[in-house]
Amino acid sequence: MIPLSWFLILSAALFSIGLFGVLSRRNAVAILLGIELMLNAANINLVSFWRYGDVSLMAGQVFAIIVFAVAASEVAVGLALVISVYRRRNTVIADELDLLKW
Amino acid sequence: MIATQIFFLITGLVILGSALMVVTTRNLIHAALWLIVTLFGVAVLYAILNASFLAVVQVVVYIGAIAILFIFAVMLTHKEMRDRGPQLNNGWWLNAIISLLTFGGLFWMLQSWSGVSKTAADFPSGFDAVGQLGRALISPDAFVLPFEVASVLLLAALVGAVYIAFNRK
Repeated sequence: MIPLSWFLILSAALFSIGLFGVLSRRNAVAILLGIELMLNAANINLVSFWRYGDVSLMAGQVFAIIVFAVAASEVAVGLALVISVYRRRNTVIADELDLLKW
Repeated sequence: MIATQIFFLITGLVILGSALMVVTTRNLIHAALWLIVTLFGVAVLYAILNASFLAVVQVVVYIGAIAILFIFAVMLTHKEMRDRGPQLNNGWWLNAIISLLTFGGLFWMLQSWSGVSKTAADFPSGFDAVGQLGRALISPDAFVLPFEVASVLLLAALVGAVYIAFNRK
């Protein structure tokens, strides 16, 4: 059988890659792609803790489903914001969106 | 090395490799397509973990809806992004160090935890994981309230997305 640590290390690596994408990308859509990777890493953790703990307690899977719903709403609102900003300012590069910068 | 372990290692390599392509590739359409590969790998992991319902939901919701939404957004905002300078900002090496430190910290924490090498017990006989999950989602003494809150959140987010992206002119 696969030990629990393999899943946890894989999800830690996936989370770090997503963090790098969020911090380093200049395009706002690509930043949202990085956030998706991080949410998936969290989901792997939730499901593997469900499987390796008491399987009759469904909290891990239920929370993973709620993370799905949160991810879908986050992407819908985030991409709507990006498209709206693109329409007004004609750019999606995060560095150039400095209207609120003092 | 038994077959499941080899299968897990291959899946993990595919997930990590395609995730690296998502954060580094120049063309954003390609990044979104690599994201689909990553999400499919995660669905395979759910199947390895016996979470069959979540594996199907991962394919339907993540690949079928979210990844396609990303591709639409990239196409709607595409103009000349490919040629405008680097895709990564100036401090990317610092961010790489931060990410590696995060991974190192998580790895170190896992090493010092005692339950880390646990293996999964078999399902008890006659255990119906999907049925249990469905009952847990609608049972009043389990998770019906978080479930309804998630539904309201989804509705509010979709109404908000339509309102924000609506062109008033």
